[in-house]
Amino acid sequence: MSGRGKTVIGRDGLADLVAILAEDGYRVIGPQVADGAVVYEPLDSADDLPAGVVDDHDGGHYRLRREADGAVFAHVVGPQSWKRYLYPPVQALWRAERHGKGFRVIEEPADDGRDAFIGVRPCDIRAMAVHDRVFDRGDVVDGGYARRRRDAFVVAVNCTRAGGTCFCVSMGTGPAAGEGFDLALTELVGDNGHEFLVEAGSAAGGGVLDRLGGRDATAEDEAAAEAAVGQAAASMGRHMAADAPAVLMANLESPHWDGVAARCLACGNCTMVCPTCFCTTVEDATDLGGQVAERRRRWDSCFAADHSYIHGGSVRRETSARYRQWITHKLATWHEQFGTSGCVGCGRCITWCPVGIDITEEVRTLGGADKGD
Amino acid sequence: MPTAAAATLEPMTPVPFRVLGMRKELPDTYTLDLAPADGDGPLHFAPGQFNMLYHFGVGEIPISISGDPAATDRLTHTIRSVGAVSRGMGTLKAGDMVGVRGPFGSAWPVDEARGRDVVIVCGGIGLAPLRPAIYHILANRPSYGRLVILYGARSPRDILFRRELERWGGRLDTYVDATVDRATGEWSGNVGVVTNLIRHSGFDPVDTIAMVCGPETMMQYTVEALRDRGLDNTRIYLSMERNMKCAVGFCGRCQFGGAFVCRDGPVFRFDRIAPIFRVWEF
Repeated sequence: MSGRGKTVIGRDGLADLVAILAEDGYRVIGPQVADGAVVYEPLDSADDLPAGVVDDHDGGHYRLRREADGAVFAHVVGPQSWKRYLYPPVQALWRAERHGKGFRVIEEPADDGRDAFIGVRPCDIRAMAVHDRVFDRGDVVDGGYARRRRDAFVVAVNCTRAGGTCFCVSMGTGPAAGEGFDLALTELVGDNGHEFLVEAGSAAGGGVLDRLGGRDATAEDEAAAEAAVGQAAASMGRHMAADAPAVLMANLESPHWDGVAARCLACGNCTMVCPTCFCTTVEDATDLGGQVAERRRRWDSCFAADHSYIHGGSVRRETSARYRQWITHKLATWHEQFGTSGCVGCGRCITWCPVGIDITEEVRTLGGADKGD
Repeated sequence: MPTAAAATLEPMTPVPFRVLGMRKELPDTYTLDLAPADGDGPLHFAPGQFNMLYHFGVGEIPISISGDPAATDRLTHTIRSVGAVSRGMGTLKAGDMVGVRGPFGSAWPVDEARGRDVVIVCGGIGLAPLRPAIYHILANRPSYGRLVILYGARSPRDILFRRELERWGGRLDTYVDATVDRATGEWSGNVGVVTNLIRHSGFDPVDTIAMVCGPETMMQYTVEALRDRGLDNTRIYLSMERNMKCAVGFCGRCQFGGAFVCRDGPVFRFDRIAPIFRVWEF
């Protein structure tokens, strides 16, 4: 860890940060605007970051607008999450070639690139910790995931604005990152100009911070950062009921599931944007001559009809059963499996649901409470 | 108990095995004997465990091991042709190759059952995952109390391992009874559901372990009938089936409440799944 305490860098310190990480051999990935959304893509420079961009979120609603203050991290989370880099949507598992009367299996060569993620929100840092429990369990390890995760450099950004669908406070996952980062930034935009309070969370982060320069943070800087993050927490409009696991498991046969199913399109958007959903399918293919076969793993969704297919039909034929599977797994049975909730309160599933189904509201309704209590 | 053998290797990569033999059991069911393509190390598994079998270029399916756990020179799987992979594998001949990952999953409680009566209730191809447990019990016969095997099939021509059932039934230390849903002319045995066989089978309900495998509806009624005879939920074990792509808890598809059927099952002690077992489409 750095010998330095918290540090303040200027607006142009971001350019230095991107340059230092690139120099260290990282592919630097950060938020930028593409096709009307904030996405996480490789950065050519800090100029690609979405300065002045703010995102409005509501159930089934997402729009970008501009703010004059030029804040780089005033947006919250986009439709993607970092799982697309740590656990890519399509992964080649292995190939096999015909050989005599049989075949030979050839493992795919491991990619060895290292990624630096800039602008990881506290909810998404928690999502990475959740995936660690899924893929790196000691007895069985997803080697590719474990390597990418181990080699990644994480620059967290504490949230100074609550998105319209965020509920991290009620999940205990934000708006400040407590751990799981190499560096954490808090953006300070005010009368003193445009600066970032920077904190190192690892030795690697400390090393980068030493090279970044900047000045030592004052008590005023820290107070300003705390106030900005506190303001995000205070303005968060949604919350998840604390007794969600018990409410769900006590209502597995509730008629309410039919009510959700009347709205749910079973499109699977919620599972694609969710930073912790990890279901996959595999695809087998051969070349035209049938000499080379390959096996790929692809993200899948528990809303797909064949997700639960066994001989004779799908176990979960009804949309009601599929929605119930998703929400009970996410909020309740995940605890049994991994000792944590599968939900990090990022709100993506609410924003990107085409009909605006709100996970927090469904739990409240199922629990018998009034809306918006 | 053996656990996922592939754990220390890349868990998704199959190991090539050769087909030693292929036997047709029923019009739609066959048995494959497999041995490693290279190496001849002993193959250990626990009764009730399964392997992922890969058919070149077509796909991979979870199949319970149906052979004798004491025969460590081969892996035996009994497969019903119901999809692209299982139909394709049905065309394999001795010397052909399949990919194997495993063994995976939990086992029948053959150790816990020592000194007790054992009642085995199965339907259709559900006899295949239980056959290793039967072999194990028969090989250690003095260690167990009464052994009851109850089997249900759709029709007389669908009775799996018929000669073995008859052989086991001919032993003085084993009670075997079978029933069919629909009788045909030559059948003089029971007609009806397998649960009808339970009340005549004479086991000691206070000291019995039940092992059940078959379609989920059949297992629901079997559990009820066993409970009516006085068996406690903690003495009843079921083998569950769910969609599986990875068998190591990564693909998320085989979830059954908080359990992954691939890791926590397929064999479950019933009290652990009782709260969700009858929930529709769960």
